[in-house]
Amino acid sequence: MFILITGLLLGGTYALIAMGLNLQYGVARIMNLANGEMLVAGGFAAFWVYTAGQVNPIAALIVVAPLAFAVNWVLYRVMLQPLVTRAKNRGQLETDSILATFGMSFAFVGVMTWVFGGGYFNYAFLAQPFEMFGSSYAQNRIVAFLIATVIAAALWLWLTYSRAGLRMRAVAVNPRSARLVGIDVKATSALAFALGGAITATGGSLISMFFTLDASVGVLFTMKALIIVIMGGVGDIRGTIIAALILGIAETAVARLIDPGLTLAAAYFLFLAVLLFRPQGLFGKKPT
Amino acid sequence: MFRRTLMTTAAVAALAVATLSSASAQSLIRLGAAAPMTGPLAGGATVTHWPAVRLWVSEVNARGGLQLADGPATIELIEYDDQTNPQQAIMAAQRLATQDQVDFMVAPYSTGMNLAAAPVFAQLGYPMITGTAVTDQQPELAQQFPNMFFVLGRTSVMAEDTAHVLVDLRERGEIGNRVALVNVADAFGIEMAGISRSVLESNGFEIVYESSYPLGTQDLAPVIDGAKASNPDAFIAWSYPGDTFALTDQAIVQNFAPHVFFTAVATAFPAYEARFGAAAEGVLGMGGVNADDPAFQAFATAHTELNGQGPDFWASAATYATLEILGQAIEAVGAPDRAAVLTYLQDRSHSYETVLGPVSFNENNDNEAYWTVGQWQDGVFRGVAARGREGAVPVQVFDGWE
Repeated sequence: MFILITGLLLGGTYALIAMGLNLQYGVARIMNLANGEMLVAGGFAAFWVYTAGQVNPIAALIVVAPLAFAVNWVLYRVMLQPLVTRAKNRGQLETDSILATFGMSFAFVGVMTWVFGGGYFNYAFLAQPFEMFGSSYAQNRIVAFLIATVIAAALWLWLTYSRAGLRMRAVAVNPRSARLVGIDVKATSALAFALGGAITATGGSLISMFFTLDASVGVLFTMKALIIVIMGGVGDIRGTIIAALILGIAETAVARLIDPGLTLAAAYFLFLAVLLFRPQGLFGKKPT
Repeated sequence: MFRRTLMTTAAVAALAVATLSSASAQSLIRLGAAAPMTGPLAGGATVTHWPAVRLWVSEVNARGGLQLADGPATIELIEYDDQTNPQQAIMAAQRLATQDQVDFMVAPYSTGMNLAAAPVFAQLGYPMITGTAVTDQQPELAQQFPNMFFVLGRTSVMAEDTAHVLVDLRERGEIGNRVALVNVADAFGIEMAGISRSVLESNGFEIVYESSYPLGTQDLAPVIDGAKASNPDAFIAWSYPGDTFALTDQAIVQNFAPHVFFTAVATAFPAYEARFGAAAEGVLGMGGVNADDPAFQAFATAHTELNGQGPDFWASAATYATLEILGQAIEAVGAPDRAAVLTYLQDRSHSYETVLGPVSFNENNDNEAYWTVGQWQDGVFRGVAARGREGAVPVQVFDGWE
């Protein structure tokens, strides 16, 4: 039971890290290597409002999420859309966007170091135990898991049942054909990228409750997010969530039952297995 | 007419300024520093390395500079970010030497970066006084790089003294024999855990739980759960900052409170106390200082005033001391003459007055007097074990997270 719950909580954390990237890569076709930095920026924002104003980091989401949405929208329009416009095919766009966002990640690290300094940031919020089935779990992780569930459910409902969600899925399947049926691909992509950024920053705010962050730590989150998105299947939010949960439970089980030193090995073993037997990801569609 | 006078005056003034500045250029010592501002070790360097370096430069300049044979010389600090990348550290040292033509260089931050930069420091002929390198290879390194000096101490001694703290507590009848030993799976953690294990076992302790976790892991609930299930008297973690915080956090959540709770790097950071407050009381960690020493207190006050943050209770003072040593050697030589300063440093009969107390180097360029283990007591991280330093306080049993 301990393994299952701890694994689920960890999976929730992973889902927060990866859901935003799934939208950005799946719909807007931007392999965003600055994803981790956006997450850390969200965490720093939460840290800052909590320590400066004693504002609850969950309440801070009301500001953090829209702000991240706006920043990412502008980023996409100014920096990434020109790449999309000039790219002749998907391969070229991927190369260009990887290079551009890789550079962007350094710029983000520089800005955050300049504003916040290079030190470690953490704070104590809901760091008390919560008793369940005879074991204790951190309250902040449970809260983060619940919010992750809400975000994931809302996102899935929106993508599945709303008109805008339908447009998103159409663009995810094929941007060229989406245009033929009258979808504004540019606007939809910008929306997806901005929404993805907002979700990532939200995840960062929540994760900052129990992670020690510093300006340079983003790349760790980017790596994790990449694995999860590719495992789950590009462009399907369900795949990301399932992959995140599987990874969380597998890592916890290996850590508790075999050896904590093998968690990374377990994660990459699963990743390899998915790539070997289902290269399009758990929920991905086979390329036609 | 008036205009010509003005022009002349301006020219004379310009000339005077030029002469003045060339005169002051002669009594300016250029000090180069390359250390992490970004990358995995930036967090530690921001706490320990940069503030101490900047403090020393600002204090020396405030008192008029270093006293050389032909008058005082102020210090100009040139800083580079080595991105926690050994290749960048080497390039930065080369650039400081050739492009900026600095007179002296501050040793980099952390054991790994110091080892990486040692050959280039030696090749360029710069004295390298390290304040954040803990290793056991002092004899070999000093042989290979006679310009390299060590202030912070040796790994084996740190691990031995940690084990000896447990031996003391057992002799006092406060703890039993069971030890849970975990470490971060990189060179530092593996080496320290290996030494700890052998010292503990040879002293009759039983290792009831042992595991390692990958670098960068902060989801450590399974580790704490495993350690707790083994019901140990003492918990020892050779950890890095992120995991030090995460382990403590999880131990509080799961109420895992053995009679000894030890985490390694960052336990001595002010941020640890800021994060855990009164709960940190009794936690043991690597390093320590003589917190009651007026020299350290003056250093801490000045550090806080200049940098807006206090020093850590371990390597901050050692980093500052490396520059005190360098400054005293330059003053003794009387000129910013690298070769002469190096010769002075290599004369083992010299002793230096530092914030740590007197420091001298043995035949391995190694300082033999340093702090090894500390403990949070009444909001201060006090040294409880040291080699050759006065002021260690008795170690206390950890009495839970309340």
